[in-house]
Amino acid sequence: MSDIKIAKTLDAKHLSCPLPILKTRKAIAEIEIGEFLEVLSTDPGSVADFKAWTNSTGHELADRSIENEIYRYIIKRTK
Amino acid sequence: MSEKKKKLAIIASKADIPGAYPPLILASTAAAMDYEVGIFFTFFGLNMLKKNKLNKLKVTPAGETAMPMPIPQIVGMLPGMTDVATAMMKSWMKGANVAKLQELMDLSIEAGVRLIACQMTMDVMKINRKQLIDECEVGGAAAMLEFASDADITLYI
Repeated sequence: MSDIKIAKTLDAKHLSCPLPILKTRKAIAEIEIGEFLEVLSTDPGSVADFKAWTNSTGHELADRSIENEIYRYIIKRTK
Repeated sequence: MSEKKKKLAIIASKADIPGAYPPLILASTAAAMDYEVGIFFTFFGLNMLKKNKLNKLKVTPAGETAMPMPIPQIVGMLPGMTDVATAMMKSWMKGANVAKLQELMDLSIEAGVRLIACQMTMDVMKINRKQLIDECEVGGAAAMLEFASDADITLYI
């Protein structure tokens, strides 16, 4: 994943459903197609939600990880 | 994506706090997922479209047997208990960083969710168009059915 350059980071930590998804929708519109958005969340439900959101919208979930109970999603804007 | 957008149609018939959250959470999320979304506000649900009303909605402890309040059910009937329960629920929600109803409504509107006010309810409850937010439209059963007829998901809340 070393070739991924993050264009923008969205800090959605401590927000409850559905705010991380709603704010991600706004944030992805602020980067260019082909760029990567990083989202940080503390919501355990976000694992299923980000999978569903990228499936539904067609944006690419390029990477995800968890460290110290913080979920990190890397999403590529595809359109 | 070139295929047809998915579509969500909701009938919102309640406007206490537990009844108002699900339509707005699902509508705003579906819109963020590129769904086409419409909500038909009828009966008490119409209150959600009144200007400056959303953050004043309440919850009553009477009859809410699952609400974790340290009082017998009958006490919930006493004057003032609805305000007590509302304050408690709002503090729990604030503690969990849940979005305010107005915030969810604003995000729904921004994402293009269609808001349809039930004309018949407006007549029954003597609510005029000027009391409702500018972003909504007014319609009846036929308007709702026409929108819902090819929806992928239809919910009555």
